[in-house]
Amino acid sequence: MSDLAIRCEGIAKQYCIGQRESYRALRDTVTDAVTAPFRRVRAAFQGGNGRPANGTPTIWALEDISFEVRQGEVLGIIGRNGAGKSTLLKILSRITWPTRGSADIYGRVGSLLEVGTGFHPELTGRENVYLNGAILGMRKSEIARKFDEIVAFSEVEKFIDTPVKHFSSGMYVRLAFSVAAHLDAQVLLVDEVLAVGDLRFWSKCMNKVRSLNQQGVTILLVTHSMWQVQTACRRAICLEHGKIRYDGKPTDAIGYYEGLLKTTGQQDPASGSARDEASMASAGAESIVDFRVQPLGEWSREGNPLSDSGMRIAFSAKLQPRSAVKLLIRVTSPTGLPYFSVLSDPVCADMNGSIHCESCIQKLMLMPGQYLLFAALCSVEDSRNMLTAESIPFEVEGPGYTNEALFWNQVDWKIRDAMETGGRA
Amino acid sequence: MATLSGEAWRVNPEVAAAVPGPALPHVAIRPARGWTGLNLGELWQYRELLLFLIWRDIKVRYKQTALGAAWAILQPVFSMVVFSLFFGRLAKVPSDGIPYPVFAYCALLPWQLFAHALAESSNSVVANERLITKVYFPRLVIPIAGVLAGLVDFAIAFSVLIFLMLRYGIVPTWTIATLPLFVLLAILTALAIGLWLSALNVQYRDVRYTVGFLTQIWLFLSPVAYPSSLVPERWRPVYGLNPMAGVVEGFRWALVGKSPPPGAMLAVSVGMVLLLLVGGLFYFRRMENSFADVI
Repeated sequence: MSDLAIRCEGIAKQYCIGQRESYRALRDTVTDAVTAPFRRVRAAFQGGNGRPANGTPTIWALEDISFEVRQGEVLGIIGRNGAGKSTLLKILSRITWPTRGSADIYGRVGSLLEVGTGFHPELTGRENVYLNGAILGMRKSEIARKFDEIVAFSEVEKFIDTPVKHFSSGMYVRLAFSVAAHLDAQVLLVDEVLAVGDLRFWSKCMNKVRSLNQQGVTILLVTHSMWQVQTACRRAICLEHGKIRYDGKPTDAIGYYEGLLKTTGQQDPASGSARDEASMASAGAESIVDFRVQPLGEWSREGNPLSDSGMRIAFSAKLQPRSAVKLLIRVTSPTGLPYFSVLSDPVCADMNGSIHCESCIQKLMLMPGQYLLFAALCSVEDSRNMLTAESIPFEVEGPGYTNEALFWNQVDWKIRDAMETGGRA
Repeated sequence: MATLSGEAWRVNPEVAAAVPGPALPHVAIRPARGWTGLNLGELWQYRELLLFLIWRDIKVRYKQTALGAAWAILQPVFSMVVFSLFFGRLAKVPSDGIPYPVFAYCALLPWQLFAHALAESSNSVVANERLITKVYFPRLVIPIAGVLAGLVDFAIAFSVLIFLMLRYGIVPTWTIATLPLFVLLAILTALAIGLWLSALNVQYRDVRYTVGFLTQIWLFLSPVAYPSSLVPERWRPVYGLNPMAGVVEGFRWALVGKSPPPGAMLAVSVGMVLLLLVGGLFYFRRMENSFADVI
């Protein structure tokens, strides 16, 4: 059992509803204190055990959470808002205590529930690096030793002696993440913090986390980004209503999670690009009335194309008669990161205002993984002004590794002067 | 570095094996049940954080105020001037044979230290809400840092006293060697009360309004503007139940050495502070389990 990093056994956390919203006035407590003995006596006669009898409504934010994480594992925790993800991480970080159950963590724990905790706007970047490092549990000598590395990673060398209140939000986040990334932890608990900064820095962060993992750091990652779970984790847990609903392969956990979203019609806030774009559409009679995907070539099964198969996308739209639009097809990651978009030439609706469109992608050339397909109507002047239909998720199956690349392509190799492998034994 | 095996996210077997199992620090998380130990050892481990928080408080205060360090002098000096005028000149309050300005300033020094430290520490936990809900560390660090940050102001204000004593030609005696003990006592008094109030403040924001009022009343209950010799001899030990009575009189005795040593009154004060402090520490530790949930 020496390779165990985290063990949770029957963790449960109860919250009193209402306690968080309103601070109790001293008056209430005084009244409580006066009436408590009477209530307790009454409760004793009624056979209650005293505590729930005072009628405070409670909820179980977590119930019976048990799991183990091996050293060097990267475990993703997904679930909808309020499913208990953050509470679980708070318990493991010792910020709050479980009501029942126990957890053991082996190794130096670093928890990143927020980027830049304790950053003070009046202090300079340099001062904040030291302060934040100390708050995260680093020794002063350790921070001094890593200081140059931290600053270099954050790319804010020029402004390191400027108060951070003058920083752009991107610089702020970069510096804050850099401090955290250089924490010498053996078990790292991370909550959403990687969803920061621009895409380039984001991928730098992901690489950093990945290299930490390759050094043997165990990572627990709470995230809304299915993309992260899929790329970063080897195992994922899906929480719902404070319970573990799925524990296993990331893709399956994501599938389970997406199933949850579908059944209640709630959209994942992180994949809200579809909604954002829809809200940009001009208010009018336009709508996409039908949106379908059909296999083109060989598909493994319903909804799952292979890497080199294609798809036929059909949709119908209702428009103002004779109005002109462009049609758009877009494939994105589960978090809404666009992979490719194809925009048609302007087309005109007929007298009835309806358009039927059928488009074929001969070869998807996508790596195996989960994708979302969007169809949209764009205004002719500005294609960013679009109306999207609900996305269609699909999973590309087949051999290959999603970690390696986004796209697959056909290449004709022409290699000269090469020797056969094994020829020079 | 991407590996061609495809499983880029994997346990590097060499590294995993190199981590010795039993030597790893073990964090045990169990439900919080009632009263817990003080765990002062852990507090010691986090001493660097304590220093950083004190340093932050001081730095930010001096960066954000236009007059900066001058505030540390202005407040006690103005109080001293007003006290000297109204209590010393007009009301002719006795001052144990010490020139009234020195008499008042000797008392105002520990008083200001106490009042500021109390205000800072009782608000400290709520003010550091972000830290408490996002990072683990011994929560005791926060009120302690709040109290200790006041020492810089105290040191600055102390320079004025040196000037005053030179001006009035007062030469301190051997008793000045005991001064650090009284500074410590003032700090501990503020911490003792601050621990109770800062923990209460998390749940009851009423505390915020109480502190200003409390210190105001407390000032008149302490021998700052008047000597404790005004209190009848036999009541003085009772008067000592106000720990600041012992602190303030002790300060005067240590600095000027003319007033009689505080004796029984001081002993009562010390006992009272220790009682409040130990109680406060345990109360704080008990309440801190729920800080992150309630704050």
